[in-house]
Amino acid sequence: MNTRGRLWVLIGPPAIVLLAFFVLPMINMGSFSLRQGSFGAARQLWTIEHYRAFAANEAFQRLLLRSTWLALATSLLTVILAYPVAYHLAFKAGGRRMTLMMLLLVPAWTSFLLRILAWKLILGSEGLFSVALQALGLMQEPRPILLYTPTAVVVALVYSWLPFVALPIFAALQRIDVRLLEAAADLGCPPWRAFVRVTLPLSVPGVAAGFFFVFIPTLGEWVTPALVGGADGVMYGNIIQDQFARALNWPMGSLMSLVMLAAMLGLLGLLVGLARLLRLDLEVV
Amino acid sequence: MSGLAVELVGLTKTFGGAKGDEVNVAAVRGVDLGIQAGEFFTLLGPSGCGKTTTLRLIAGFETPTAGEVLIEGRPMSQVPAHRRPVNMVFQNYALFPHLTVAENVAFGPRVRGMARAERDRRVQEALELVRLPDVGRRKPAQLSGGQQQRVALARALINEPAVLLLDEPLGALDLKLRKRMQVELKHLQQEVGITFVYVTHDQEEALAMSDRIAVMNDGMVLQVGTPVEVYERPATRFVADFIGETNFLPAQVALREGDGLWLTLEGGRLLARQPAEALQQGQAVTLALRPEKIDLAPSNAGGLGGVVQEVVYIGTDTRFVVRLASGAQVVARLQNIGERGLGEFGVGDAVTLLCAPADVHVLNN
Amino acid sequence: MQRQRWPSLGALYYALLALFMYLPIVVLVVFAFNDSPLMVFPLKGFTLQWFRALGQATEMLKALRNSLLLGITSSLVATLLGTMAAIATMRYRFALKGLFLAVASMPLVIPYVVLGVALLILFSTVGVPLSLFTVGVGHVIISVPYVMLIVAARLAGFPASLEEAAQDLGASYWLTLWRVVLPIAAPAIMSAFLTSFTTSFDEFAVSFFLTGTDTTLPVYVYSQLRFPNRLPIVVTLSAIVMVCSVALLLLAEWLRTRGEPATRRVKQ
Repeated sequence: MNTRGRLWVLIGPPAIVLLAFFVLPMINMGSFSLRQGSFGAARQLWTIEHYRAFAANEAFQRLLLRSTWLALATSLLTVILAYPVAYHLAFKAGGRRMTLMMLLLVPAWTSFLLRILAWKLILGSEGLFSVALQALGLMQEPRPILLYTPTAVVVALVYSWLPFVALPIFAALQRIDVRLLEAAADLGCPPWRAFVRVTLPLSVPGVAAGFFFVFIPTLGEWVTPALVGGADGVMYGNIIQDQFARALNWPMGSLMSLVMLAAMLGLLGLLVGLARLLRLDLEVV
Repeated sequence: MSGLAVELVGLTKTFGGAKGDEVNVAAVRGVDLGIQAGEFFTLLGPSGCGKTTTLRLIAGFETPTAGEVLIEGRPMSQVPAHRRPVNMVFQNYALFPHLTVAENVAFGPRVRGMARAERDRRVQEALELVRLPDVGRRKPAQLSGGQQQRVALARALINEPAVLLLDEPLGALDLKLRKRMQVELKHLQQEVGITFVYVTHDQEEALAMSDRIAVMNDGMVLQVGTPVEVYERPATRFVADFIGETNFLPAQVALREGDGLWLTLEGGRLLARQPAEALQQGQAVTLALRPEKIDLAPSNAGGLGGVVQEVVYIGTDTRFVVRLASGAQVVARLQNIGERGLGEFGVGDAVTLLCAPADVHVLNN
Repeated sequence: MQRQRWPSLGALYYALLALFMYLPIVVLVVFAFNDSPLMVFPLKGFTLQWFRALGQATEMLKALRNSLLLGITSSLVATLLGTMAAIATMRYRFALKGLFLAVASMPLVIPYVVLGVALLILFSTVGVPLSLFTVGVGHVIISVPYVMLIVAARLAGFPASLEEAAQDLGASYWLTLWRVVLPIAAPAIMSAFLTSFTTSFDEFAVSFFLTGTDTTLPVYVYSQLRFPNRLPIVVTLSAIVMVCSVALLLLAEWLRTRGEPATRRVKQ
């Protein structure tokens, strides 16, 4: 078999699977946004009425904006909380590094849904915090603490993502040659300045990887807000899910998905462009 | 400027010692050294001899277990690395990969709060000093090894340190570039007049560049002296062996004759210049003979006799391996000039080894 | 002084964070032993009834079995496809490589909800009924880019000359892949498989749209969240799953460190 033949054998199956189950569904979804209805004859009729409806619906747009903001806040907060953890692991933990890393990762091995449920059990009106506050006499009657607010969504999401953000930052920090820090000290940098001028810039690829690792799924998140967000914590993903699970307006759902895709790619482009403007090396996909 | 730029007093560094470590490794053991201001001083020794640790102790990256580092007379034990008046050229340069060349060089002045205009001017000066005026906007990764080396130099020199520390700075360069950089570094040092403390394991490099050399082994300084002193009058067998090629021969002290000393070996005898320390008759000693200081003469010239075992032509010289009666082998090198050198003796020829008394070194066992 | 203050500050932060990370886990485990069908504080007393009831929860056990089966199958497929793609892109030059890489890594930047509904519409358009197969397709698409990244990183770490050497010594191309490339990439392939498996086993956002009558464990759990009195059993099962996975992890770590002295001896 010649080189061409071998290449086809290797690249053929993954290419076909990706075409059939990734590219095709995306194109199909695009075309579905132009259909009148979800099922039967309405599925065969072409229309742009959903585009008009979406453009006219300010609530949708507000929700998209708010979800973006929530995703940004969650990603930033997670990165900020995870950074010292990664720093400690990379530079201070010494021989206990493996143990501490395991300690961080074990909670992530519990079911995602149940970890969110656990937050309901902690924040609910008969939850751990509420009962504890009442027992301390700081609160008179059972009341949920933060539950069914956007804050609860952020707490639960930060909780879920934290270990996964600490890991890429840790990896980036670990790659830093200690001699660079010595060089900074040698050139007159006190430790905190060496951190700002050397460690931090060199850990940007890890920070960026962690940030996007959170930002992308959080923008499309619908499960966490559905469980702990309440009415105020609804995100854009929830209304997409709603079009398929309840409203059964698939064309509208398709359109909303397209809008989210466009928003996502646009934002990623913007962030990467911004990073390039600041001359940061991202090295992410 | 005169006086000591760096003084090391009983400097000791032990690694390990924390719980769980099996052994404590003494990297530096009671080193006493005085380095003159304006001097090109080299710490020379095999890898693991403690020379790099000594340099890092001066820079402040390591804390001494005992002893003290003084820079320009000031004790440094309470001074962290970033406040010491020294700068370092790291082994693999340790250039900041996220900064441009100019930003790398500007790092020190910027940290010290130098004004922008002044800083830019100094950076340009420093880059011109290392003959790289046009690469300021590039990233270190876009430079060749030799260029990175110069940038590392510029980054250190721009701070006008009292002492410049260099940790095997030429180690990563190929031979030709290395030779060129040796000359350039030496010129640079004379030009800027800064004290250089240079660490290397390459004896040729040390001899070519240094004003003085400290030969180290096993965490201790064995000899301090000019290149001529350490090469011509090695204090110990280690120094003689490490710097250049040396033949070691067991001998016994025979008798004194004027300011000379006769030594007997199996197969003959040699006259040496009277060494400084007193030796007793019959005492066992070791003779250190440099191959290029040994001359060969046809047999029956008396002295120390042997048989040529191997003749190797190496361009400038011819290398003869001579087997003595004791079975010991001695290497002699003759320059290929006129009738001398190649073709003068063949394998199997009986020869006599000749060596001027001043070139016979007697090492006390 | 600074050297002594910093580690303790870092360690303190780490401890606080560990508390934050473990609080929900502890709460869950506590409720697996709480003698009340309602998961509220204050606690009612110790019981093992939820563990006893586990055997009768046939629907849940079926969902667990489905999830395990689906996780293994979809991860095997994703690992195979991703490894092939990684070898092709790392070792060959071809015209549309850039495009292929861009498309293959796209699932990394697409929210799961979009992927889920896009596949749902496709299956509906083509007339494929929803089942574990359709869920599996979703999981394969999610995992392939991760497998590709992990395996490609490993392949980048060793030179292609090893393969040339094997072929020079008379091995055919496929034998070379089997005897040289795969063994070298094995740790990465194994880790890619495990990553895929854990992703699939816990995946809900996509599965929700693609599940038929046979549900996976996360889909089942989600359906039970509305019936509070069945939750204790669910929590009990997940506590067991967690203990098992931690035990597996520790076992793997123990095996790894146990193997180490031998290799160290060889090196010396």
